[in-house]
Amino acid sequence: MSQSTLAVKRISGHAGAAPGDDVERDYQVCKLVDTTTCIGCKACEVACLEWNGYSFTDTVFDNSYQTMPETTWNYWNLIKFNEHERDDGSITLLMRKDQCMHCADPGCLAACPADGAIVQYTNGIVDFQQQNCIGCGYCVSGCPFDIPKFNPKTKKMFKCTLCVDRVSEGLEPACIKSCPTGCLHFGSKDDMKDLAETRAKQLRENYGIEKAGVYDPVGVGGTGVIYVLHDVTNPEAYGGLPKDPHIPWVVSFWKGPAKWIGNLAMLGGLLGVTLHYLRYGPKLVHNEDVKDQNGGQS
Amino acid sequence: MSTSNAISSERAGDGTGGRILRYTLSERVHHWLAAFSYIYCMITGLAFWSPYMFWLAVLVGGGPTARFWHPWFGVAFALSVGWMYKIWRGDMATTDADRRWSHAMEHYIKNEDDQLPPEGRFNYGQKLFFWLMFYGVILLLISGLGLWFVESIPWSMRWLRYLAVAVHVAAALATIGGFIIHVYMGTAMVRGGFTSIIRGEVSTAWAKAHHRLWYEQATKGTSAKE
Repeated sequence: MSQSTLAVKRISGHAGAAPGDDVERDYQVCKLVDTTTCIGCKACEVACLEWNGYSFTDTVFDNSYQTMPETTWNYWNLIKFNEHERDDGSITLLMRKDQCMHCADPGCLAACPADGAIVQYTNGIVDFQQQNCIGCGYCVSGCPFDIPKFNPKTKKMFKCTLCVDRVSEGLEPACIKSCPTGCLHFGSKDDMKDLAETRAKQLRENYGIEKAGVYDPVGVGGTGVIYVLHDVTNPEAYGGLPKDPHIPWVVSFWKGPAKWIGNLAMLGGLLGVTLHYLRYGPKLVHNEDVKDQNGGQS
Repeated sequence: MSTSNAISSERAGDGTGGRILRYTLSERVHHWLAAFSYIYCMITGLAFWSPYMFWLAVLVGGGPTARFWHPWFGVAFALSVGWMYKIWRGDMATTDADRRWSHAMEHYIKNEDDQLPPEGRFNYGQKLFFWLMFYGVILLLISGLGLWFVESIPWSMRWLRYLAVAVHVAAALATIGGFIIHVYMGTAMVRGGFTSIIRGEVSTAWAKAHHRLWYEQATKGTSAKE
């Protein structure tokens, strides 16, 4: 990985193509989160704040390990704790590190109207460029994972950058570096996919966890963060991980066919009134009074 | 309504070339409040609508500025339309004259006005435009609040986020369609209309030609004196 991977593959709100479109220079990067070996220590949360320069924010106590309900604009990495009843009636904690999934087909980028406010690099990282952000919040509607968050003071959107500043210098993301159990891995998408499948197979064959599998949803073209789950058939149990995430169809329609329909309709309106004027001209008042007056004088 | 019995200046004693007040100052002020706030929202809204029109945001101070003011100008537009509703709702009700006129609308479009039945203060087309903008602004305001405070809509009710987008777009496009026709008719097509909404007056001939029933009602008191 190097800064050469920061060629831009997709640009939000951009008229025309992106310079890095159709370029495959380097590996797609990927984070692998093995939820079966996560102990919920929150070291990744601390490392994320440390590296990105944010302070701890107020926490809430809701009789669980959950310190805050959702990620916030300055808290990009949050473990979701979920009490789960096994088939035999015993209780277990399902813990999932929640953050931006860095979708191959990002809904935030599709929804964004501001030129260059969201970019996707050729290494797959989806990154917000706050200097171009207009703070409209369309990305909130576009994201299938409810990740982009608004900073009311600066009126800009923020989310996990996948430590693009570290990755572009050949380092692994801060969260990965801090993980004490090794449940977090970082590397190329192919390697991580391979590692994840190997681990899921081990869980199924050696530990009898029959439903173990890899979460890499195809609805968004795969993600730059993949999970090994004990039960891949029920990702919702892991703090609302959607089973089949995709860009909301309203957003796809809005940014796709609706644009054509709307633009053609507006163009048709302008064309229509122009043609009407050329064919029928202005509606002039036949001023009888003035005409009579003139007639009398001539 | 508010302009009945309001012949402003009979410039010639014999009634030729007379002027008649069509819009009061207050009506004109609110029309232009609505017009400017709507045009601002349309320009900035089109900038957010398509990357190929994002340059429109640059005309009004750039993306973040446009994003900041768009909702506030939208509120201003809604308020001015609300005021119009307050004073014009009576004038905008569909009448029997409208029903007759609407059947002959083809003649209006083809400038065959001599074949049109007489109309009141507003013709049926103007009323349609008024109600389009009235219901349009209600939809735009409600859906706009959803877009403005999108994070306040909980994730479990995210269908409301999507509904807000769909309704805002559909209502905006419908009002833009009305806006194009309104501006065309008010400036290029119906001569005299544009000056009437600026200075308030039309010629008596104009009033007779386009809104005969209103003209007759408005001049009822004065014609008796002559």
